[in-house]
Amino acid sequence: MAGVNGSFWQRLLGIDRRWIFVLIGLGTIIPLLRPINLPVAASPRVRAAYAAIEAVPEGSIILMSLDYEPDIMAELQPMSIAVLRHCFRRNLKPVILTLYPAGPGLIERALEVAGAAEGKQRNTDYVFLGYKSGNQAAILGLGDNIRGLFPRDFWGTSTDSLAIMQKVNAFADSPLLINLSGSAIADYYIRIASSRYHVPMVLGSTAVMATDYYPYLSSGQIQGLIGGMKGAAEYERLVGITGDARRGMDAQSLVHVIIVILVILGNVAAFATGALRRRTGGNS
Amino acid sequence: MRNGPLFVTFLTGATLIAIFFIPHHRAQETQSVILEWADVVYTFALILGSFSLWIANQTKVARRGEGWGYSLVTLVSLTLVTVLGVVQGVSAGTAVGWIYNAINAPLASTMFSLLAFFIASAAFRAFRARNVEASLLLVTAIVMMIGRVSIGEFLWEGFPPLTEWLLDVPNLAAKRAVAIGVGLGAISTALKIIVGIDRSYLGRS
Repeated sequence: MAGVNGSFWQRLLGIDRRWIFVLIGLGTIIPLLRPINLPVAASPRVRAAYAAIEAVPEGSIILMSLDYEPDIMAELQPMSIAVLRHCFRRNLKPVILTLYPAGPGLIERALEVAGAAEGKQRNTDYVFLGYKSGNQAAILGLGDNIRGLFPRDFWGTSTDSLAIMQKVNAFADSPLLINLSGSAIADYYIRIASSRYHVPMVLGSTAVMATDYYPYLSSGQIQGLIGGMKGAAEYERLVGITGDARRGMDAQSLVHVIIVILVILGNVAAFATGALRRRTGGNS
Repeated sequence: MRNGPLFVTFLTGATLIAIFFIPHHRAQETQSVILEWADVVYTFALILGSFSLWIANQTKVARRGEGWGYSLVTLVSLTLVTVLGVVQGVSAGTAVGWIYNAINAPLASTMFSLLAFFIASAAFRAFRARNVEASLLLVTAIVMMIGRVSIGEFLWEGFPPLTEWLLDVPNLAAKRAVAIGVGLGAISTALKIIVGIDRSYLGRS
């Protein structure tokens, strides 16, 4: 019997990794095709982000820096759409930019989706300034000369000719800064916009980076934090929409469960084979 | 010969540090000018990077080096996207917009998605409770993985508060310590460069 068990656990440890890939693939695809609609409860951090946007007076201009590229779009694109829809519903006027060269295509798409859903028009209800190189230098420039930094918007319209842009030329003109980012750009915004210019700031990040920003949340340097697809799903729930994040959470839940089961099985197998090796004098 | 770059570095670094703490409008105007210079430098860096990419891949194609086919694809893509972007623009409805949405975005997302498969395989093979520290990490990881997704609350209502405590107490304390250490390290490194102690950026140690 011990031999049979030993054989089973050893075979399990030596399993072809392609079986694991198949499991992960199925765990992702099946919930996307057949949603389970698991409940999503909003965390205090996401509720704080939502409340910060709710607190902005209706009709205000709000600066948004959406700094991500397609590699992390699964997490940040649904977040952008949910936050934009919230801003649009509150009749806020987002002025959007990106510090990532491959970001504008995604942002244009997010604006199309959110704008169409809430009936908002470009240049009237929002402005998309496009990409600016320079990271920290660009963020410093946003502190006092946004129109100088972006003489034209993404579609080539002079920013001086846009009514929204007449009301904003510095961080101080925006009651809140929203930065959705998957990189150190969030740190630059915290250091410059929040710490130097004292602009209230809401941050969205990938799940893997979210814990880096907890100290800034507890110190009051950021007002809210939306972390990863879960944070995006929580935000969608607060806004009252069902987007890609809530749909994706079923898949993420199932994949997490599969990985946890695999880790437990791997440890049990390692323990069992080790115990068997001791029992059989190291011959198995 | 090396005193010139050292002087420029010192002057720029010292000026920018001083300006950061001076709210006077003259200081802010100076900062704006320096930022415009920085923008020009960044733009030239992009051009230089593209040029360097071209040279490296062109050499490989010319010599038929290993993987020269990929270099050829890089050269064709670089040329095509640059020319189309300059001629037509990059917004939706243009050729570059189509390339971005139909090729770039799915490829980049796919590459990143592959991580889930490899992480699952690696966790199964390598994540072992070998000693007390590793066991602690393993248990914490399992609690976090289950507690941070929707199914966690569904399985046990104690998961979310437990994960919140892990994030708000041990994680926050460790992150603060790391952040302070990194901050002090960054200040130290910056000062060494500004005053000329660290000259590695000049090309020689």
